[in-house]
Formats: sequence, C-alpha cells, structure tokens
Amino acid sequence: MIEVRDLHKSFGEQAVLKGVNLTIETGESVVIIGASGGGKSILLKHMVGLLMPDSGEVLIDGQSLNGLNERQLMKVRQKFGMLFQGAALFDSMTVEENVGFVLRRERKLSQQEIDKKVAEVLEMVDLPGTQKKKPAELSGGMKKRVGLARAIVYKPEIIVYDEPTTGLDPIVSDSIDQLILRVVQQLKVTSIVVTHDMRSTRRVGSRILMLNEGKIYVTGTPDEIFASKDPLVYRFVNGIAELKEHKF
Amino acid sequence: MGPGLIREWLGGIGAIAIFCREIISSLSHARLSFGDLVYQIFFVGVKSQSVVLITGAFTGLVLCAQTYFQFHKFKADPATLAVVSVGMASELGPVLTALMVAGRVGASIAAELGTMRVTEQIDALRTLAAHPIDYLVLPRTLATVIALPLLTAEAVALGILAAFGLGVLVFDIDFGNAFWNMLRYTGASDFLRGFIKAGVFGAVIAVVGCYKGMNCPQGAEGVGKATTEAVVYSSIAILIGNFALTMILTKLLS
Repeated sequence: MIEVRDLHKSFGEQAVLKGVNLTIETGESVVIIGASGGGKSILLKHMVGLLMPDSGEVLIDGQSLNGLNERQLMKVRQKFGMLFQGAALFDSMTVEENVGFVLRRERKLSQQEIDKKVAEVLEMVDLPGTQKKKPAELSGGMKKRVGLARAIVYKPEIIVYDEPTTGLDPIVSDSIDQLILRVVQQLKVTSIVVTHDMRSTRRVGSRILMLNEGKIYVTGTPDEIFASKDPLVYRFVNGIAELKEHKF
Repeated sequence: MGPGLIREWLGGIGAIAIFCREIISSLSHARLSFGDLVYQIFFVGVKSQSVVLITGAFTGLVLCAQTYFQFHKFKADPATLAVVSVGMASELGPVLTALMVAGRVGASIAAELGTMRVTEQIDALRTLAAHPIDYLVLPRTLATVIALPLLTAEAVALGILAAFGLGVLVFDIDFGNAFWNMLRYTGASDFLRGFIKAGVFGAVIAVVGCYKGMNCPQGAEGVGKATTEAVVYSSIAILIGNFALTMILTKLLS
C-alpha cells in the first residue's frame, strides 16, 4: 500500500505540490490525471523515492521514505518498476542488456536463464527477436515497450508509468494501453499511471485521481469522473480550453 | 567577491566533499564489475596514448632545448639532461599529462553522465536498485587513478628519451657524462613524487567530471556547461594542487 501524507514540494519560488494526500491499495490500478506541468511526474518520483519532499511523507507498506539514505531507498525501490516518459533506456547497451540489467546485477541466475527470461518478457511486450538492437534503432513506441519489459522482468509489486502514451500515435498508444492491462492481469501488480491521455485513462484505470494546483482535486471511478459536472473536471476530461478574450 | 559568491563557492566545496565521502563508502558496498573497470581503464589509458605521448615527447624536447640554451652560456651542458629528468619526473610529466587527460577524459565523463542525467537514465538506474555512485562513479574514479600514473610514466620516459636524443644528437652533449649526471641528480623520490601526484590528479579529474555530470542542469546547454566546468575546475585544481603537493611531498620524501 502507498500512502502520501500532506506532501509539499517547491523548486525555488515555485510551489509544485501543496499538500497532496492519497492512498493506493495493493493491487489497485490508479490513474493520476492533471494539466501538463502540474506536478504529476513530481508526485510519482516522490512515491519511488527519486525526490524527497520539503514536508509531508510517503509510506510504502507502512515504511516512511523520509530520512532513508540512497542505499536504504534501493531496498524499497526493489518493489517498484518504472516506465519513464522518454523510456530512459541505457543508450550504450543493447535491448537485451537493458532488459536483463537487474538480473545481471543480482548475479543469481546463469546467463542462459537471464537470456530466457529476457526473451519471455520481450515476447510479452510484442518485441520478440529485438535483443541485439540498440535503443537508437528503435521507434518511440518500441522504446516504451522495451522500457516496460525492463520494468517488469524482475516481477516488481508496483509498476509506475510516467506518461506512457505521450508522443505516440493513436494505434501505438492503444497497444501500450493493452500492454498495461495485460501486465495488470498477468502479474497482479499495483499499477499507477500518470497521464493526460483521456482515452488511456478510461481504459487502464480502476480509480482516477485528478491533481490540480498542487493538490488532489477529485477522486473517483472512471464512470464518475467522466460523468462529472464539476466545471474543472468536465473541461479537462473533454479537452475544452477556457479561452480568455484577446483583442488582436 | 560578494558574500553570495563565497557562500556558493563554499557550498560547492561542501557538496564535492560529500560526493567524495559517498565514493569512499561505495568502496565497501559496491560489487565492482571487473569488466566495467577494465573497460574504463582501456578508455582512460589506452585511448589517451597518442595525446599523452605527444605531450611527453615535446615537453621533454622543449625543456631540453631551453635548459641547454641557458646552461651552454656557462659551459654546464652535461647538467642539461639531469634538469630535464628531474623536471619531467616530478613536475611537468604529471601536471601536463593530467591537464591533457582532464581535457579528454574529464570532459567525456561529464558529457556522458550529464546526458544520462538529462535523459533520466540515472533516475532509471536508481529505480533498478543500482546506486549511481557504485555503477557509474566508482569504476571511472578507480580507472583514472590507476591509469594516470601509468600514462605519466610513459610521458616521462618518452620526454627524457626525446631530450637525450636532442641533447646528444643535435646539441652534441656527451652521452656518458649526461647519463651519469642524470643518475646522480635524479632520485627515486622525484619519480615517486610524480606518481603520487598523478594518482591524486587522476582522482581529481574523475571526481570533478562525475560530480559535474551527475549534477548537470537540464537541457543540451546544461550538458555543455557541465563539460566546460569539469575541464576548467579540474585543471585549476590540478595546478593549485600541484603546488600544495610539491611542498608537502618534498618535505615528506626528503
């Protein structure tokens, strides 16, 4: 279970998170939506312990991340797999080296066993036979799939996705959504997706949280959120801009 | 120099000190990959050969020529090569090799780690339960500390050899006399001082390069800034550190 309590974070003068409170139960599939630049990715990085709050705390299965050093955080992070917005593949390594990175460092499996696991997980993300390719040879959608394969190969308990469909065409976005659903169903993991893609939100979330002005503005099931009459929520989910009048 | 600048300067030194403590603590925690270390030694050592050899040879030549021109005025020609060997072994060899390696390797480390930072690859490492200091910084630091004394030894040897060639063949200095003078006035402590300096300079180049890369500001401009600062700051640290090391080591080794 992930609990976020009264989380505040500022960068210089700019306050990004102004008291975020939320709880994500084990096995839930949660989507966090909100405007671009609104602090969604910052919130996600706090959950994984990549950023530390100015005040407030994040608890993973009851353990607060506050005060933990990098080595203690490494142990907590073993529960997480993360898909980054730009995939963040190691560009000096091949696909198989990227995907098998954790397994090689653990030194528990033989090279043959690692190769087998890498092949299985690449099959799962519909990229069989790409082991020898370098990230520079892959398209945006393929990079995200490899990033997902790298995040799930060691079977984490929680998978976080930072804008998994941003910058992808609708067909590739749809395939990424299907992959996220497949991972949730097959691996029974807790899933947290940060996105502003409403189609994706509706498909992959069992609960939606909306972040606005540094706080959780509303939470509900997809049906509740998409039927909301709240002007802010309505405009956001339907993509209606609030234009100010300008004289040209 | 305003108080803000002093605060920023002291803050920077404090941050580098914490970074060094993390590297030292990593020595006991990290499971260093032998392959990574060998690759880094190859990158720092083997790939710097041409730069270092040219630097060593031409520094030896110019030092020999200048010394000869002055010594020749009062007929002290045979002492020329003794001055070259002491100068190359304890001062010019380690300093100039370190400055060349700072330009090549320090810049490369800062650019590589800076790019990894802005493309979130360092964050990805952390989510994959790999400590960036263990995985990225420690192998580069150890490799540079190991490779720089070896590169310095090469530069010094080639510099002295080139100087002997110039002295004997062009300036007509008596080989036996010059060789005997060199052995008489060059002590093992001169070479030891040079190699200790090279090891320290190696650590400076790697630590500054890694620190600048890992704390690089966002964007392409940030990577460029980190790379430039890595070379400038490590070069300044080498020149200032050389003076301090000369004073300390001369006292300790004499």
